[in-house]
Parts: sequence; structure tokens; C-alpha cells
Amino acid sequence: MSDVFGIPVAVILGQLMLGLVNGSFYALLSLGLAVIFGLMGVVNFAHGAFYTLGAFAALLGLQLLGINYWVALVAAPLAVGLVGIVVERLLLRRLYRLDPLYGLLLTFGLALIAEGSLHQVFGATGESYPVPAALAGGVNLGFMFLPLYRAWVIAASVVVCFSTWFVIERTRLGATLRAATENASLLQAFGVNVPLLMSVTYGGGVALAALAGVLAAPVVLVNSHMGSSLVIVVFAVVVIGGMGSILGAIVSGLALGIIEGFTKVIYPEASNIVVFVIMALVLILRPAGLFGRE
Amino acid sequence: MRAQPVLYSLAVLFALAVPLLGIYPVFMMQLLCFAMFACAYNLLLGFGRMLSFGHAAFFGFAAYATGWLVSAHGWGPGFAILAGVAAAALLGLVIGALAIRRQGIYFAMITLALAQLVYFVCLEAPFTGGENGLQGIPRGTLFWLLPLHSDVVMYYVVLATFVAVFALIRRVVHSPFGQVLKAIRDNEPRAISLGYEINRYKLLAFVLSATLAGLAGSLKALVFGFVTLADVQQSTSGDVVLMTLLGGTGTFFGPVLGAGIVVTLQQYLSDVVGGWVTAIIGATFVACVLAFRRGIVGELTLLASRARRTLRPARG
Repeated sequence: MSDVFGIPVAVILGQLMLGLVNGSFYALLSLGLAVIFGLMGVVNFAHGAFYTLGAFAALLGLQLLGINYWVALVAAPLAVGLVGIVVERLLLRRLYRLDPLYGLLLTFGLALIAEGSLHQVFGATGESYPVPAALAGGVNLGFMFLPLYRAWVIAASVVVCFSTWFVIERTRLGATLRAATENASLLQAFGVNVPLLMSVTYGGGVALAALAGVLAAPVVLVNSHMGSSLVIVVFAVVVIGGMGSILGAIVSGLALGIIEGFTKVIYPEASNIVVFVIMALVLILRPAGLFGRE
Repeated sequence: MRAQPVLYSLAVLFALAVPLLGIYPVFMMQLLCFAMFACAYNLLLGFGRMLSFGHAAFFGFAAYATGWLVSAHGWGPGFAILAGVAAAALLGLVIGALAIRRQGIYFAMITLALAQLVYFVCLEAPFTGGENGLQGIPRGTLFWLLPLHSDVVMYYVVLATFVAVFALIRRVVHSPFGQVLKAIRDNEPRAISLGYEINRYKLLAFVLSATLAGLAGSLKALVFGFVTLADVQQSTSGDVVLMTLLGGTGTFFGPVLGAGIVVTLQQYLSDVVGGWVTAIIGATFVACVLAFRRGIVGELTLLASRARRTLRPARG
């Protein structure tokens, strides 16, 4: 086995793989955050909670109703998306005319309610979700062992991310969405149902978070606080990428996952903080973010 | 506002009499430490409209610094507190300088992320005791004079510090500096066009707030004799936001009241509802944002001024 700087190549590739998996979650989550923020001006602090809800929906669906992974992959984001639409209609809608800080505080409270309740009902330890049979095991590529499920997570989230990008940048619906971002009241004057558009956007954004949660369920322990620390990293990713751009959110999410993976090989003690350090550097060198416009 | 001096005198009398009334002094000290923390936070949010989501970093880091200097190096409590406060000020300078490069919600996200960085440093650094934290920190003797191991003496020291911090914050807000800060809060572009270097004002407010939050943390470390990761954790940052919001952002007494309510709830509610405390705290957040954004003191002040306005024509 060949080494690079005394580290076996297989280890480096393995960590790269893990990094990419984490990066996929960052990308999916920061994409949803960017879409919600772009249209509604709301920083969705509850994003991590919706990710957790997605994972729990899949787990409970399996345990109580016998819903398998592939159905959960569609059903859980739909269910969580509906919850999101209800939240938008009942609560967030009241805050659009106010300082965006209130949206942040409200969603922070919602996240606490969701996480606190899940913690109380299901305990702190967490449960594991079985890897679906079709994706169990892995392939030996000769130079490294490729776990099938992890490869699937990366492929699925890349496809979802770029489909979302395509919808927003290249379709009629996306054009309407972008128009609402620029000037919602003018668009409404043209006869577009902007309040409905906002509900759908929020629902769609949190459905992406829930999808990430279902994808994550078999590789992490499903517990009440799985989303709360993740969302902080995702915020840092969003600051680094700049919230203005969809593509920026995707690219910086994946890239930071990889950087984090490499840090685990080179200097494991710093792997928890490397994203925050990069954020600090970006703030010094390019305050608007790498892809941001100010 | 003639009622104000009366209310303040009553509050001070009550606070002075606490050890005689049989109220557990450690609980009162905890309350005062968090009230100080919330007042420091309010200086930033209420008067500078900067929503920091990472203030536990200053509170907890100062607590760790003080605890470590006392227990590992045998420093006296006075100098250890000063060193803790200095550490918080320095940290505030670094985090503040980074965070004020962006505004509004970005500011909140940056402070949150950098506080998480501080949390991980506290988790992994050799001097913090990792998951266990620092235990058995002796209170010692303050400047060779006051033996702090007595709860009553410690209580009066904490109370005196709190009153000084409260007075300082009032003084700062009413100073020309505070006026400029409020002007920036209300209309930033206008303050810029009037020629103010707004970033200097924001940074100074941030450092001041971090420093006072650090003072609260250092005192708390000595009061309890231990420092744990909970002191630097994100949930503590959330708690202080709630205290300020619930009591009334931008009012002087609001954060004190908010801290009182939240600390009492956390202390006594957990016996009644067990683990539901987090969810209840979250629901309080939602209620505050939707129903009374001015906070308790803010809404009461508004009611009082409305009542006065309707009464005046009747009298004349």
C-alpha cells in the first residue's frame, strides 16, 4: 500500500469519502437555507430540527408502520414539508413586516420545542436505522473499499442539489421564485400568488432538510440533538459561501465537507473547528462570502 | 417616571435584606450573576441592535479562566476575576472585530459559529478538564480582606458588583457614546452620513458587553466552585437572549426581571415538568416573538404611558 506523507492512501480516500458524505448534508441543508432566506428573508434556525424530524419520521415509520427506506425517502420529506407549510402559515407569516431578527428568534424557539420534545419522548441515547438491504456492504475498488450506502448518499444529494439548482435557475417556476426574491409586491401586482409561493418555498426548503435527515439516518445515530450542532456548521457554511447564490451553497457545502475530512487525517484535534476557522478567514479576506454579492 | 426611584429603592432594600429573609443566598447569587449577564447582553442587543447568538463564549471562557487560575495556580479571587474579565474582553475584541464585518442575521450566525469554536476549544484544551469541567474551585479571600467562603459575604460582594455593573450600563447608555450607539441602531446609513465611524462604536459596545458578560461568568465560577461545558454551550447563549427578550430589550430593568424568571423557572420547573424545560423555554421564545416583542417591562411601560395620556385630559 502506498503512502502520502506517511499516511496510507486508503485512509486518505476513506476520510475523503466521509468528508464528502458530511459535505452532502451541508450542501442539502445550506441549499434549503439559502432558498428560504433568498425569498423570505428568514434565517431558518429550525433547519436542524427539521433535519432531525426527517430522520425521526423515517425511523418511526419503519418501527410503527413498517414503511421501508425507499418509501420514507419520499414520504418523510413530504410530511415534514407539510409541517413546514403549517409553521409558515400560522407563525412565520406574522413576522414578514418586522426585522428579520424576529424570524431567527422564532425559529430558534421552534427548534427548542422540537428538540426538547423529541429528547423527552425518545430519550438521549438515540437509535440506529438499518442500512437498506440493496445498499448494504461495499465494493473493493482495489485501492480502497467503497461502502455502497455512502456512495449512494453522495450521489443522491448531488443529484437533488443540482435538480434544485436547475428548477430555480432554468424553469418558469424558478423564474417566478427569483422574481419574488427581487420584488415580491410587484410580482403580486402581476397576479402571482406570492403568499402561496412563500408557503411552498418554506415547505420545499425544510423538505430538503428532512431528506438530508432520512439520508443521514443509516449513517448516524438518530437522536434529538443530531441537528442542533449540525445547523451551526451549516450557518458557517452559509456565511462562507454567501447566501446570494444557490450554486455557492452547494459548492461550499461539498468543499467544506472534504476539507473537514482531510483535517481528520492530518490534525484530528482541529476537525471540529476547521470550518469555523475558515469562516473567520473568509470574513477577514472577503466579508461578503466567496460567492456572495453585497 | 416618578415611580422609578421608588421601585429601585425597594429593589435595593429587598436585595440587601435577602440573607435576613431566609432566601437561599446561592440561588440569589446565581440569579444576580445571570441578571448581570443579561444586562451586559442587553447593552448589545437593546441599545446596539446587534443580535449575538454566542454570548456564552465570553461568560464561560471567563469562568474557565478564573476557575483555572484559582484552582491550578492558587491565585486570589480578586486577581483571578480581573484576569477572567480581561480574557473575555480580549475574546470579545477578536470575535467582535470579525462579527461586525456583517450585519443583522449574518452577525447572529457569525457569533454563533465563533462561539461554537470557543466551545470546542474549551472541550479539548488541556486546562479545562474536558467533559468534567473544573471542580472544587476555592473561593479564597478577596484582596486579603474578605473571606468569601461565607455565603453571606460572597452574596454582598456579588450584589455590590451587580449594582456597579447596572449603574455603569445606565451611565454608558446615557453618555454621548450611548446616544451614538442608539442612533446607529435606529438608522445606520444616517449615522454613517453624519460622519460617525460606526464600526468603532459597534466594536466598543461589543467589547464592553463581552467584558461584563465575562465578569458575570467569573463571579459565577467562584459562587458555585465549578465550571462546566454548560457555561460555554450554545443553550446558555440562547438562555441569555430569552432573558433579555422576555424582560424587555432596550429597557434597563427588563433583563434583570427576565433573568429572574428564567433562572427561577429552570430551578423549580425542572422538579415539576422534568425534561420538558427545553420545550417550555422554546415555547416562551415563540410567545415572546409573536405576542409581546417589547418584553414584560417594555409592554408595562407602554401601558403606563398610554394610561397617563388618557388620564391627563380628564384631570385638566
